[in-house]
Amino acid sequence: MRAPTARAVRRPRGPLPANVQKRARSRLFPQQARIGRTRRARGVLIRIDSVTKRYPDGTVAVDRLSLEIPDRSITVLVGPSGCGKTTTLRMINRMVEPTEGSILLDGRDIRQQPVNTLRRSMGYVIQNAGLFQHRTILDNIATVPRLLGWTKQKARARAAELMERVGLDSALAKRYPYQLSGGQQQRVGVARALAADPPVLLMDEPFSAVDPVVRKGLQDELLRIQDELGKTIVFVTHDIDEAIKLGTKVAVLRTGGRLAQFAPPAELLSAPADLFVEDFLGADRGIRRLSFFPAAGLELETAPVVPIDADAGEIASRAAAPYLLVTDPDGRPLGWSEPDKLTAGAVDREQLLDHGRPFVPATDSLRTALDGAVLSPTGWAVAVDGEGRTVGVISQQVIGEAIRDAHSRVAERADAKAGR
Amino acid sequence: MSGFFDLPSDLQHSYLGLVGLHLREALLPVLAGLIVSLPVAQLCVRFRWIYPPVLGVTTVLYAIPSLAFFVVLIDYFGQSETTVMVPLALYSLVVLVPAIVDGVRSVPPETLAAAQAMGFGPVRRYLQVQLPIAVPAIIAGLRVATVSSISLVSVGMLIGNQGALGNMLYDAQTYERSALAVNSVLTIGVLGVLADGVLVLVRLLLTPWMPRKGAGR
Repeated sequence: MRAPTARAVRRPRGPLPANVQKRARSRLFPQQARIGRTRRARGVLIRIDSVTKRYPDGTVAVDRLSLEIPDRSITVLVGPSGCGKTTTLRMINRMVEPTEGSILLDGRDIRQQPVNTLRRSMGYVIQNAGLFQHRTILDNIATVPRLLGWTKQKARARAAELMERVGLDSALAKRYPYQLSGGQQQRVGVARALAADPPVLLMDEPFSAVDPVVRKGLQDELLRIQDELGKTIVFVTHDIDEAIKLGTKVAVLRTGGRLAQFAPPAELLSAPADLFVEDFLGADRGIRRLSFFPAAGLELETAPVVPIDADAGEIASRAAAPYLLVTDPDGRPLGWSEPDKLTAGAVDREQLLDHGRPFVPATDSLRTALDGAVLSPTGWAVAVDGEGRTVGVISQQVIGEAIRDAHSRVAERADAKAGR
Repeated sequence: MSGFFDLPSDLQHSYLGLVGLHLREALLPVLAGLIVSLPVAQLCVRFRWIYPPVLGVTTVLYAIPSLAFFVVLIDYFGQSETTVMVPLALYSLVVLVPAIVDGVRSVPPETLAAAQAMGFGPVRRYLQVQLPIAVPAIIAGLRVATVSSISLVSVGMLIGNQGALGNMLYDAQTYERSALAVNSVLTIGVLGVLADGVLVLVRLLLTPWMPRKGAGR
């Protein structure tokens, strides 16, 4: 136990008194201080209150939409084209004004402050990045700080810091947008949106125009940045996979701008509200839902695993299994073989059956485990540790039982919650 | 026989003096045209419906012969440089207005949306985003307007000695010195090429952000 005197000297844990915090914040980020004045640690930051957008020609883009966007999390708006997701996003920074209803930011109507002050307090990332082609990368990122009246030097220093944060080489600072790849431009777009440290980040299909490999990288990067910064992000996409991967909560909108379902991704997959949501989730939502169940609890078998230098007795002792996994002396999987085709001391690596993609129980999900089993010609998946050494194998049947168990546990929890 | 660059005294200028006068009479109208075109073009971008009529007016102005302008303008400005420069300025509009409109419209919509979303007001957005991105198109227009203005100044000789280098053509006839005509035409040609070159250089300096030929990604 720590001596009480030692604790007394240290700075008190927990938040600083509100007035101190406010002063410190307003010095560093004057904008945020104004927005975040009454912000709680976790609550509702943006409240969209039965908002309708009707255009003069009678088209209804958004129809009586109400959403509570939680603080410090990623809320994804997803739906087919024409569902009003971009319109909704643009109403939050008043690029589109609602016909009816109101939007509250931290309890205050967004119409209560000058529109450009509001916009400078919200980062905005757009498809194709929308960079200023006539400005260097550094100056692109420094845009909002400059608008807020920072000195050129301070704004550029901040921009350089952000380039690092989003994983851009500092050598790109003096380049112009045309000299960057699509993925790099999109990183600049994210850095530019974060430059003035706004509490809110609006992202309008930011990753749809880049190829799938780059997109995955950008998504992972966004999740990493979000872990570090804890922004309130509203993210628009038409890609349900992206929504499920990124969203803390996902709002599915249907054509005509009506909310179909607003739920965490796992709940969306397990209990779609209606046929539209079910259709939109696609045919393999059951498989995708497995991403939310950890593979850590799987009962692995070690009996069917033999090292390549095993002797005849050891092979014979394991011959009960239909297939044996042969590993190298360090335990890395090499491939499957039927027991009677294995000759001690003379295993032909070429003759082994492919072992498919192994999964890591500690970090992977049941989906990855099942995928490994399905891909394996023997129907068995290989589990490895972080270094790639075999820790066990598991059959499709056992994974199937684990899936049924996981489902019933979720159902029990839901029942308990509902008080049944 | 006097030298190639010795001019008759009725031209009232040395050779270099005429060159300077020519450039002034040619470039001031283009500058005036640019100053008028910028707000006109911005109105055309802002209110799309006025663009076709504006184009119509500038085209009609361009179709009016300079002689006709002179007849009217002499009543106000006399046989002066101004009388020569006013029609030249009006002619430049037919090139400059569409060039600026196209340039400003060439700004990608997502760039404009990004600017709006970041909190640029309309004036700042025009000056800091639209205009800089329109520079290549504007300079392309300026090149045409400038070169055409440099050649058109010569007609000023019709109202008596206001055509700068063009006046040499008249003297070539009067004094039967064909070398004067050759000199006039060559000099005007060289001035045109030089002015064009200067504008290309200006564009290169103003737009380091444009992809250059030969310089890959």
